[in-house]
Amino acid sequence: MSTTLDRPVTGHGGTRPKAAVSENQTRPAWLFVAPFALFYLAFLLGPSIYMFIASFFDTSLVKTGLGTFAGFANYAEMLGNPSFWSSMWHTLQFTIYTVPPLVVLSFVFAVLANRMTRGSWFWRLAFFVPYILPSATVSLIWVFVFSADTGIWPTIQKWFGAEAPTPVLASPTFAMVGIAITTIWWTIGFNFILYLAGLQDVPRELYEAAALDGATPWQQIRYLTIPMLSRTTTLVILLQIIASLKIFDQVAIMTDGGPGISTEVALTFITRAGFTDNRIGAAAAASFLLFIVIVVIAVARQLIERAQERRAA
Amino acid sequence: MASPDITGSARPARSRNNGLSAAAPAAKVVKTQTNGGRTFGIVCAAVLTVFAVLWLLPSLWAIKTSLTANSVAALGAESILKDLHPTFSSYATLLKGGDLWNWYLSSAITSVVSAALVVLFASMAGYALSRMRFRGRNIVFFAVIAGIMVPSNVLIIPIVQQLQAVHLLNTYWSVIFPQVPSVVALFVFKQFFDGIPVELEESARLDGASNWRIYRSIVMPLSKPVISAMAIVTFVGVWNNLILPLYTMSNPKLMTIPVGLASVQGSFGQRYADIQASAILGALPLVILFLVFQRRIVEGVAGTGLKG
Repeated sequence: MSTTLDRPVTGHGGTRPKAAVSENQTRPAWLFVAPFALFYLAFLLGPSIYMFIASFFDTSLVKTGLGTFAGFANYAEMLGNPSFWSSMWHTLQFTIYTVPPLVVLSFVFAVLANRMTRGSWFWRLAFFVPYILPSATVSLIWVFVFSADTGIWPTIQKWFGAEAPTPVLASPTFAMVGIAITTIWWTIGFNFILYLAGLQDVPRELYEAAALDGATPWQQIRYLTIPMLSRTTTLVILLQIIASLKIFDQVAIMTDGGPGISTEVALTFITRAGFTDNRIGAAAAASFLLFIVIVVIAVARQLIERAQERRAA
Repeated sequence: MASPDITGSARPARSRNNGLSAAAPAAKVVKTQTNGGRTFGIVCAAVLTVFAVLWLLPSLWAIKTSLTANSVAALGAESILKDLHPTFSSYATLLKGGDLWNWYLSSAITSVVSAALVVLFASMAGYALSRMRFRGRNIVFFAVIAGIMVPSNVLIIPIVQQLQAVHLLNTYWSVIFPQVPSVVALFVFKQFFDGIPVELEESARLDGASNWRIYRSIVMPLSKPVISAMAIVTFVGVWNNLILPLYTMSNPKLMTIPVGLASVQGSFGQRYADIQASAILGALPLVILFLVFQRRIVEGVAGTGLKG
C-alpha cells in the first residue's frame, strides 16, 4: 500500500516535459479548483494566519481591529499562566487515560469479532453505533449514568456495599476518569473499524499455514496478527493522540471544566479566554501553542508512516 | 468530535473494495482448527459477548429511562429498573413542543447543504488535481497536505470573529461555510479519480468534450461509492458538530441538535426522562441513517481515517 501523500508529488515531477499540452489547461483547472480554494482560504488558511497575527496583539472581541501591538507578551503571559499549564496538563491527562484503552480494547474487539463466523452486524452495532451518536447525546447519557443519587453507577456501587458512592463527575479526582470512560465508550468503534479493515489485508493462507504447523490460536495472534497490524496500530495511536488533544465537547457538556478547574482542557480554556474574557489575543496565543503540539504530532505521524512504507517495500 | 476534520490519512484505494464483512475470511480458519482451537473460540465468543453487552448497556439504560415517567425517574435508578409500565409521555411532550422540530430542521438543512457543497467542490478540485496538468498544481497539493494537519477546532475564535464581521452569525451559513473546505474529502476524491482509467475519457476528449462535460458525464457517474461515502460522512460530521454552532447560533430557533441538547441539561432540571428522551431523539436520525447505509458509513470511516 503506497503512502497516499507522497506519490503524486514525486510522480508528476517526471511528466514535466508534457507541459506544452497542459499549459492551456491552467485556466480551466483553476476554475475547477476555485470554489474549494475560496472556502479553503476563507475558513482554513485565513483564520490560521489571522490567529497567528492576533496572537501578537491585544485583540478583543468587543473592539474592532487588532488592538495594540503586544509583541510576545501574550505568549509570555500564557507560558507563565498556571491556568494555561493546568489546562494543558488536563489535556495530557485525558490523552493518557484514553489512548491505551482505546488502542488495546479496539484491537481485542476487532480480532475477536473477526474470528466470529456469524453476527458481524451485531458487533458492529454494539461497538460502532456509539461513535455515530452526537457528543451531546453521549454526554447526556453518561451524566445521567454517573449522577449522584439517581444514577445507575452510584446505585451499582451501593449494591456492592459502598456506603458513600463516589460522585464521579463532582469529584476533582475522578471527573476526568468519568469523561475518559465516556470517551472510550463513545469512540472505540472508530478504531474497531480501522482494525477490522486492517485485518482484511492479512492473507488468510498465513493462518492456515500456521494452524497446520500446529501454532496455537494465541501464537497466531502473537506472531501473525499483531505484527501484520502494526501499521494500523501506528495510525490508530497517532490519530487517537491528535483527537484526544482536541477534546472539547464532552468536557463542555459534562462538567464545563469543573469541579473547580479539574477538567479544564486546552480548548475549553481557549474558548473561555476568547469568548468569556474577551481576550482574543491571549486565546490566539494559547491556540497557536496547542496548534504547534498537534502539528508536531501530525508530522511525526507522516514520518513514521513513511518509514514504515519504506521498511515494507 | 466529528467535524469533517482533517487529521486523516486517506486510504481509499485499500478499503474501497474490500467488503468489511468480517465474517467471511474467518470462516475457513475456524474449520481448520483443532480441538484446542475450538475451546479458544468459545472463550473468545464469551469475552466478546460480555464486552458487547457492556457496550450496549448505557444506551439501553437511556432508553429505559426515557420510557419512564419523570416522577418515577426522579426517585433514582432502582425505581427506574422496577418500573414496568413504559410510557411514551416524554417523547410525546418533546415532539409536541416546537424546539425539537426547529433543531431537527436546522441540523437537517446545515448537514444536507454542507454535504452537497463538500461533495461538489471537493470532487471538482479533486478532478483538477487528478486529471489536469496546470501551473500551481504543486502549490494546491501542498496546501491540501498542510490543510490536513490544521486542527479546525483550534480555529474557532478567528472563524467566529470573521463570521461576525460579515454578519453571518445566527444564520445557517455560519454552520455550513466553515465546514465546506474538507481537505480530507478532496484527498479521497483525488485518490479515487486517480484509479479511473484514462482511456475512458480519451475518446470523449477526441470528440471535443470539455473538462466539465467529462467530469459530469464520465467521472462523476463512476464515482458513486465515494460520493455517497463522503456525503454521509460529512452529513454525520456536521450533524454532530457542537463547537461551531455553539458559538455561532445564539437564536434558539436556529440551534442545531447538539447545541439544543447541550442546553437541555440545565433547562430540564430534574426531568430525567425528558432529558434522556431528547438525547435519544437527537441521535435517532443518525441511527436510522446508520442502519440504512451501514456499509457506506463504515467504509467511509475506514477509508478516510476520519476523526474529530
